[in-house]
Amino acid sequence: MSISFQIVVCGSVVADPLQTLEPVIGPTGPALKNEMMLPAVLDPWAGHALYEAAHLARQHPGSKVWLVSLGPKAKLQQVMMTVAQKVPFDLVALDGPASGFTDSFETAAALAGAIGGIAGLDRARLLLYGGWESASRGAGSTLQMVGERLGITEQFQGVDQVTVRDDGSFEVLERIEGGRHQVSVCDAPPAVLGWATGHLPEPRNNPQVGMVNMRTVMPSLQRAKAVAISNTGLRFVSVNLPKQQRATRIVKGMPAEEIAREIVAWVGEE
Amino acid sequence: MESILLLAHTESDGTLAKPALEALAAALAMEGELSVGMVGAAVEPAANQIAGCGAARFLGVSGPAFGQSRYSTDAAAAEALCRASGAAIVIAPSTSRWARALPGVAYRLGGRIDTHVTHVTNLAAGDGTPAVTRWFYRQRMEAVLTRSERPWMVLLDAGCVVPWSAPGPSGAAAVESVAVEAPVTRTTVTGIQAPKADEQTIRPDAKLLFVAGAGWTKKQSDGAVHAAEAEGLILGFLRAAKASLGGSKSLVDLSGEGEAVLRCMTHLNQIGQTGATPRHPKGLSTCCHGEEPHVVGWRFVNQRRAINLDANCGWARGKADVLYVADAFEVMRRVNRLLEAG
Ligand SMILES: Cc1cc2nc3c(=O)[nH]c(=O)nc-3n(C[C@H](O)[C@H](O)[C@H](O)COP(=O)(O)OP(=O)(O)OC[C@H]3O[C@@H](n4cnc5c(N)ncnc54)[C@H](O)[C@@H]3O)c2cc1C
Repeated sequence: MSISFQIVVCGSVVADPLQTLEPVIGPTGPALKNEMMLPAVLDPWAGHALYEAAHLARQHPGSKVWLVSLGPKAKLQQVMMTVAQKVPFDLVALDGPASGFTDSFETAAALAGAIGGIAGLDRARLLLYGGWESASRGAGSTLQMVGERLGITEQFQGVDQVTVRDDGSFEVLERIEGGRHQVSVCDAPPAVLGWATGHLPEPRNNPQVGMVNMRTVMPSLQRAKAVAISNTGLRFVSVNLPKQQRATRIVKGMPAEEIAREIVAWVGEE
Repeated sequence: MESILLLAHTESDGTLAKPALEALAAALAMEGELSVGMVGAAVEPAANQIAGCGAARFLGVSGPAFGQSRYSTDAAAAEALCRASGAAIVIAPSTSRWARALPGVAYRLGGRIDTHVTHVTNLAAGDGTPAVTRWFYRQRMEAVLTRSERPWMVLLDAGCVVPWSAPGPSGAAAVESVAVEAPVTRTTVTGIQAPKADEQTIRPDAKLLFVAGAGWTKKQSDGAVHAAEAEGLILGFLRAAKASLGGSKSLVDLSGEGEAVLRCMTHLNQIGQTGATPRHPKGLSTCCHGEEPHVVGWRFVNQRRAINLDANCGWARGKADVLYVADAFEVMRRVNRLLEAG
């Protein structure tokens, strides 16, 4: 039996984690200081989802991958220059905030609307992918709501592995407490899968893939609909950086034996 | 005061685990009228366990289909309990099971959800509106926020609140059974995959987090790599100190690429930006540089010490309480010897 999937990956951009991030309170609520100036990257766990999607599509000819991204158009464009060289996909871009301070409920509404608008999407073969948490809001609540809006109630989060079987069913490994995985079998799509790290390394840049992708990426960015997220009913009382800066005691030249004794004593302290 | 629902799922023996008792304590501190909603194969043992908590109602959805952690059945049960209670605020422990199911339930109820909440309170100012504290940008900044949309679901992270404990012997609670037809599902839970007990390195309740960095796999002063010894030292320490094992991204990526580094190390051990943010009273970092994307995962580790050859590594810059500028091989060999001599 030939099995193919229609894989829609939800994923946006985040400020590069190597940057120092500082909150500022603006007229519409909190934001990052110099947000538009900060270099951005593809949200890491959504990136894993994208690479897993491409891998699955490659194994099942006839499959197709879309990347649905809600973010400031200029940032999306910048990040797509590299992401588009990694794996083949069609971009569906939405021009709006990718800030951690936007609410997942409204973000999900925008994403579900965009997915609903994908021409020819076969819902019976749909796998809705994304990161199980973003590096911005870090909530892990958007995908479930996108799924609900699309009527998908087979959902998995913290996914590290999907194995498709000959009958078209697939086995899913989800992260649970204590460094373990729950194993489930889902009979068939549609399903929502929020990815953790998975098993694939980041693909190398491939300029040929980039050239093919750019045919849909650029028009999609040009067409990107403006989306407003109003955070209805949500009010931030405060946003602060942690205050604690430790006064590090730097111990140099202490013999290893003495350090060991100090550590053992410290480990044993209540 | 607004009405509150504590939403909990039971364990396989029908009782509530610590995260649920923590969420119960947080719910009680809100001082609104409290209902308890429970989901599981059986819920009576859980209700009896917390019979004395002062809840006005105990609601339950039970049956074999609800004993498993699965989106469709969990969402149906939670939705029914929220509707039956009519509560404005729903507080639940942030277990993998609820984290998967409750965001979808918030959508079904037309409500909102906040996850990874570390504190719930009634704002002192104004009309005592509830407010929650949570971190944004992977533990880089902490916000207090409030909402007017209801129901408002709050998933409380484990380890933030002292769990509720019964003042006396457990009692008997009358559970109102809420009827839910188990939804048709295409998902069958087939089991749990876990490392063998003696290979389990992730111990959420451990007093100490031991972090290994990529330095363990690098050429040492003699020009050679000592991976086997590194593994022996690390596992030896974990055993002797009953510590939990964390790793830097660089190290777990190496393990994933099949290099014979640390067979016990997987992505589940990774601490940081794209890893875990565990809660432990103490943490010891070894052979790890202490870069920001790693150290954000230490947000909830209170006392921190590091061993690194480099006096200018990230830990030196206010990220650890003590940095030992030393060879971790030399130090850990001796630490293990001392612990074994104990
Ligand atoms: C998007 C993104 C996400 C990321 N997410 C994470 C994350 O979740 N977690 C994470 O850890 N990193 C993350 N990183 C990577 C992070 O920036 C660092 O590259 C990584 O943490 C470095 O790992 P390390 O310190 O183990 O290795 P290295 O930087 O290689 O450092 C090795 C250290 O070992 C020391 N050393 C060597 N030999 C010895 C010895 N004998 N005794 C004592 N010390 C010794 C060296 O002095 C050095 O400091 C992320 C980066 C990006 C861009």
